[in-house]
Amino acid sequence: MSVDTATVAKIAALARIKLSEAELAAMVPELNGILAWVEQLGEVDVTGVEPMTAVIENHLRLRDDVINADPLTGGDNRDGVLANAPAAEHGFFGVPKVIE
Amino acid sequence: MSSDLTELGVAAIRDGVAKGEFTAVEVAEAFNANVAAAAALNAFIVTTPEQALEAAKANDAKRAAGQPLGKMGGVPIGMKDLFATKGVQTTAASHILEGFTPQYESTVSQKLWDAGAGMLGKLNLDQFAMGSSNETSYFGNVISPWRRNDGGNAALAPGGSSGGSSAAVAARLAPAATGTDTGGSIRQPAAFVGISGIKPTYGRCSRWGIVAFASSLDQAGPMARDVRDCAIMLEAMAGFDPKDATSLNLPVPEWEAGLNGDLRGKKVGIPREYRMDGMDADVAASWDRGIEWLKDAGAEIVDVSLPHTKYALPAYYIIAPAEASSNLARYDGVRYGLRDLPDGAGLQDMYAATRAAGFGAEVKRRILIGTYVLSAGFYDAYYTQAQKVRTLIAQDFKNAFTQCDVILAPTAPTAAFGLGEKSDDPLSMYLNDVFAVPASLAGLPAMSVPAGLNREGLPLGLQIVGKAFDEQGVLNAGLAIEARAQFSAKPEKWW
Repeated sequence: MSVDTATVAKIAALARIKLSEAELAAMVPELNGILAWVEQLGEVDVTGVEPMTAVIENHLRLRDDVINADPLTGGDNRDGVLANAPAAEHGFFGVPKVIE
Repeated sequence: MSSDLTELGVAAIRDGVAKGEFTAVEVAEAFNANVAAAAALNAFIVTTPEQALEAAKANDAKRAAGQPLGKMGGVPIGMKDLFATKGVQTTAASHILEGFTPQYESTVSQKLWDAGAGMLGKLNLDQFAMGSSNETSYFGNVISPWRRNDGGNAALAPGGSSGGSSAAVAARLAPAATGTDTGGSIRQPAAFVGISGIKPTYGRCSRWGIVAFASSLDQAGPMARDVRDCAIMLEAMAGFDPKDATSLNLPVPEWEAGLNGDLRGKKVGIPREYRMDGMDADVAASWDRGIEWLKDAGAEIVDVSLPHTKYALPAYYIIAPAEASSNLARYDGVRYGLRDLPDGAGLQDMYAATRAAGFGAEVKRRILIGTYVLSAGFYDAYYTQAQKVRTLIAQDFKNAFTQCDVILAPTAPTAAFGLGEKSDDPLSMYLNDVFAVPASLAGLPAMSVPAGLNREGLPLGLQIVGKAFDEQGVLNAGLAIEARAQFSAKPEKWW
């Protein structure tokens, strides 16, 4: 499978990365080179093989269902959460207008 | 005095400080001075000499009060700039995180500070750890302290993605540094500069507070000048962390105390698929020497097969970008990092402009590949197929480990290459990780130790891959090689 300019433009839109015409044109052969190379995985007989879900067998833990069970990852830390925001206002993240 | 102290490794510093042969402050000052004088290597993105000193003073005070020091007591280290450090800029070598100042400390770095280590600074790396040469950093290339013996001054790659870490340890700017390994990012840079580095079993070191690249592969580990130093530092870094869902709930073994280079009764597997057509003659010769060294240490050498080896890299270059495209979706110009808001732009335009301005070319390339292979209609053909192949690769190792205890292979197919030599062709760069990626896909512990110099006077590494949870077996085989390689070469100072 190979991609054309329109497909790369669509992928870039999905990935929310703005690409100039020149970047788009350069990206097409690069992605095609990588995709042609990974194509060889199609040779492998995977009949009856399960896709890997965990590289080392481990069981998923659940934390206690308690508010702020861990003070570091819990709530009550508004200022810390907003400290690196490019635009924090009135205790919220600021974003451009989303309603026309 | 100061030039002597920077020749010491982790164990020597820890023991010397504990015995009072020198103070931790003297050590920190000596390394701070080397760091300050090595700007030409561009190994650090920010330096934190005051933090190194502060930790050293705390260790000296503890000793004066008769209290025991930690496993890393008095040892200043470099911290790869992928670990969140409270109050100190953490960038993943990207523009999008420039100026980002974490409000919390990563688990691994906190464990190191708790063990008595101090921070010399944040080390340069490939942007978001995506690269094998440290040429994708927004903050410029790291230059290897090594040069070829041809009299030329060609700038060489320190390897990647932990290139600042490798360069700093090799150039004696730090006795040890943290690295992270997603597809070889500890082992390949260690090999390129003649130091040791170990990636433990997936889940040994908490990923909490490490900027995520490919979560099913990312694993932290130490980079240091010898095997013992790696064992000490790994003990300090590892351990269960409830904040990482994939953290292994297992006690941390005493790897340093368990070091034993006597390999009698052990079997070492030599994977026949790693002996590739057109293999670099010096790399092949160093592998053969490694086999002889392990025989000399008492091991039995057995031929093993890892039949899906050639598919590891293509599978990796689907899985890692897929995970990266998902992980890096968080950089949106809203919560932290860069925001690019063109005049009159709406929210979607802001996302796209921010990510265009904030990510480098290689990061964009991988996000696009990842987005494509995860997109509707292509998911099964690419991503599911790659995850099935990954299962087969892990199975190959399981089968091989029914016949042997550890596997010996080269770390990388070449010695360090020149900066710019591979950066125009992403595929040729990816191929440099051909021997490192399989163990990453299988989550296995793997280590690189220096094996000697090639005909150009550049270091070559040998890689040992072990069974899951058997870091000790890996370290012990590494120790056996180290004792016989007698690697003492170091780069001649030009910076």
